[in-house]
Amino acid sequence: MSKKTKNARSIKQSEIEKTLKELGKNIYDALDSSQFPHIEIPSRSVKNIIYDKETKQYILGDNMVNRSTSNIKHIRPFAQLTWLAFFANQLINSSKSSTLRDVYYSSQAYSVEYDDQPQSDSIITDLEAATSFAREQFNIYPEERSAIFGDLNIEYTVPGYEGKKLNLSSHPDGYLIGPSLSSAEFIDTSAEMVIAIEKGGLFNRFVEEKVHSRFKSIIVDTAGQAPRATRYMLRRLHRELNLPVYIMTDGDVYGEHIAMVIVSGSAGAAHLRDLTVPSAKWLGIWGSDIAKYKLPTIPLTEIDIKRLHELKRDPRYSKGVWNKELDVFLKIKQKCELEAFTKYGLTAIVDKYLPEKLEMAKSM
Amino acid sequence: MARTSVKFDQITPSEFFYRNRDLAGFSNPAKALYTATRELVENSLDACESSGILPKINVRLIPILDEETKTDPRNYLLRVIDNGPGIDSKQAPYAFGRVFYGSKYSLRQARGMFGMGGTMAVLYGQITTSKPVSLITSTNGKDFYKFSLLIDIQNNSPIVVAKDVIKYDGSSGTSIEIKLEGDALRSSSKLREYFRQTALVTPYAEISFLDPHGRFWFYSQSTNKMPNPPGETKPHPHGFDFEAMRRLVGSSDDSTLQKLLMNNFHRVGQATALNFSKFVGIDPNLNPKDLSNSEIVNIVDYFHKFNSFLPPDSNCLSPLGSDILNAGILNELNPEFSTITIRPPSAYSGFPFIVEVGLAYGGKVSRDGISLFRFANRIPLLYDEGSDVAWQVVKEIIDRKNYKIPENAPLAIITHLCSTKIPYKTVGKEFIGERPEIERELKNGVREVMRQLRIYLSRKGSAEAVKRKQDIYLKYLPLIAEFSKELSGAKKLPKYESLMKQYSNQDESNEEDKLNV
Repeated sequence: MSKKTKNARSIKQSEIEKTLKELGKNIYDALDSSQFPHIEIPSRSVKNIIYDKETKQYILGDNMVNRSTSNIKHIRPFAQLTWLAFFANQLINSSKSSTLRDVYYSSQAYSVEYDDQPQSDSIITDLEAATSFAREQFNIYPEERSAIFGDLNIEYTVPGYEGKKLNLSSHPDGYLIGPSLSSAEFIDTSAEMVIAIEKGGLFNRFVEEKVHSRFKSIIVDTAGQAPRATRYMLRRLHRELNLPVYIMTDGDVYGEHIAMVIVSGSAGAAHLRDLTVPSAKWLGIWGSDIAKYKLPTIPLTEIDIKRLHELKRDPRYSKGVWNKELDVFLKIKQKCELEAFTKYGLTAIVDKYLPEKLEMAKSM
Repeated sequence: MARTSVKFDQITPSEFFYRNRDLAGFSNPAKALYTATRELVENSLDACESSGILPKINVRLIPILDEETKTDPRNYLLRVIDNGPGIDSKQAPYAFGRVFYGSKYSLRQARGMFGMGGTMAVLYGQITTSKPVSLITSTNGKDFYKFSLLIDIQNNSPIVVAKDVIKYDGSSGTSIEIKLEGDALRSSSKLREYFRQTALVTPYAEISFLDPHGRFWFYSQSTNKMPNPPGETKPHPHGFDFEAMRRLVGSSDDSTLQKLLMNNFHRVGQATALNFSKFVGIDPNLNPKDLSNSEIVNIVDYFHKFNSFLPPDSNCLSPLGSDILNAGILNELNPEFSTITIRPPSAYSGFPFIVEVGLAYGGKVSRDGISLFRFANRIPLLYDEGSDVAWQVVKEIIDRKNYKIPENAPLAIITHLCSTKIPYKTVGKEFIGERPEIERELKNGVREVMRQLRIYLSRKGSAEAVKRKQDIYLKYLPLIAEFSKELSGAKKLPKYESLMKQYSNQDESNEEDKLNV
């Protein structure tokens, strides 16, 4: 996305509408000429998810799935997909947003039944893959919300709030990263970096300890594995405001992967770009920090170890700190949480650990 | 099978039975009530069938008057009335009052094994209650002879306590009423099952049963076709044993060995008799009376070794046939699908046999899983299912996955073995032993009906699949048309009606594509 956000956004908007209309027209024309309509969707099977060294993320290969109404097994999902495109088009036209759950229930009004929510979600992913747009661009959002706090002035673009401005440090609990914030324009900021943190508790501690002013930063709570809207927000903060992104997670295999997903995306969203911050840095907690800071630990479970070995086979973990820290975890067979620093006092993580790691990150 | 009892003619047959009643199924009051009932019912069925009369049988089993308040075991009154040919008034006392054996060496497909089933019930009643049996019979429907009988066990002869003739305008038939000790509590479920299965295998009969609890069970006649009455036949040499041969030689009037063989054995003619004599190395013209014991042993030995005997002829057998068996299955099991296969006649140890196998699937076929109904010479076999050869075969052959049968779908297999001799494993007439020849025919029969079921299921499956496809297309194509109209901004619905008509063809080509993948 360019710096001329507004312009780019409206171009994007009309592009989305155009794509959906074309999709509908192809189906319509096929039916009108007594052909069974079909649609080509990039395959999301494991075989077609490949690691792209250039963008350092997982992307879909060239395999396509042909979904045809002449196939008895395809006709229902085809109807669901057509309905979803129609529904998304309505959402965009009426500037309304919807949750994944809403979509699942809305379908019932049109006698397009889904077996369950995951089936509905999967059709949404199909539409993403078929059109190369993210569901958020169709105004469809997941329930999960994360938060942001810091000196950033934004201007809303959602209907009813157009032109309304807000500073994201006005409310100490932070602001939900939802549809309206995702679509808001960034005006200006005094921040020089973004710190993404895995846990709400630590996010509050950071706000209390004024990390935003002491380190001139925007703080983002990823609430565990960062939702797409959060990853999209982090990417915008980095690209539009030129802010470096730093990530703090628990010192375990899952924390490390939370950081990796922000950096290079997830295999589950391999059909989408624009969700990564390749230059983002994982500050910790590293496995090697456990000994260095003498942190209290928890022994690894068998599941932890299995997951570590899985990540060892992932090409993104083949080198650098990613690879090194996986080995450390495997060696010491211990993990620790961000809260472990409380052993040295409530503010130790902010007073000691954060500055040291930020300093170290400069050389990474 | 006369020869079994002939062995014991040093004591009278009735005395033998008196001492060994366990052997014939009278081991305890529950079993005795069941056995007595079925022996009398089977007598009646045999009588009707041999005269070509569609059987109407009424069975009544009630506690006798002064025993009503007692608990089981107590004394019961068992009455069986049939519309059979009746019994000649001179023969009647002997028919039930003497443990009876028929013509010595003839063989015949019959329900009873000893030819004296009814008499055993009478004898058991007399032993347990000391009450005479009441018999009413008429051969012409006008003169009804009424007897009150006891059996003189030591002399094996009937004692006529009272005799009467009643003039009445009715039809031929027999009514027999015995009082016996029984345990209805422990036999009523077996009795009901016996009647149900009997109805299944004799759909041409009308059977009614008033049970000891006052419940009335009625099994209607669902076909008027009857199997041909079984014929009598001489024994085949392959099935003959030493004792029988010794007796035959002793009682025969035949002047030469060749004549003895020709006159007393099944399908043995002049040439076969001559060849066999040569084979054994005994002069065919030798008078049988002059045969030594060791020569008789040799002859019986060579009966089994001589390969040129003609196989037994199955003409004397009386299988039910597809129509009758199917009528019984439809009437009693009420299945969604049924099929019958009749195996070609075969023989074991010189006894001809025919295996009939029926299958009932779905519908009201009770119990989930496989139920097996076993019949031998039209009698249901209710005990010891697990030991029966038919069960082994069914267990071995029926793999639901192989035949694409849904899990837990109700499935019943009906096996009927008819033969001049059923190879029961025990005297109790409850299960059939393994004979390779019979096992082979059972296997082939069960496989055949299972194949038929698979064909039925696959046809039904594809019919359902077509219907399902139609439904799916009828539902979703209009939706897709509607959404695509909205999405593309078109004003009218696309013209896709021809698609709705052609979808079934399109489907089939698709299915084939998938199969090729």
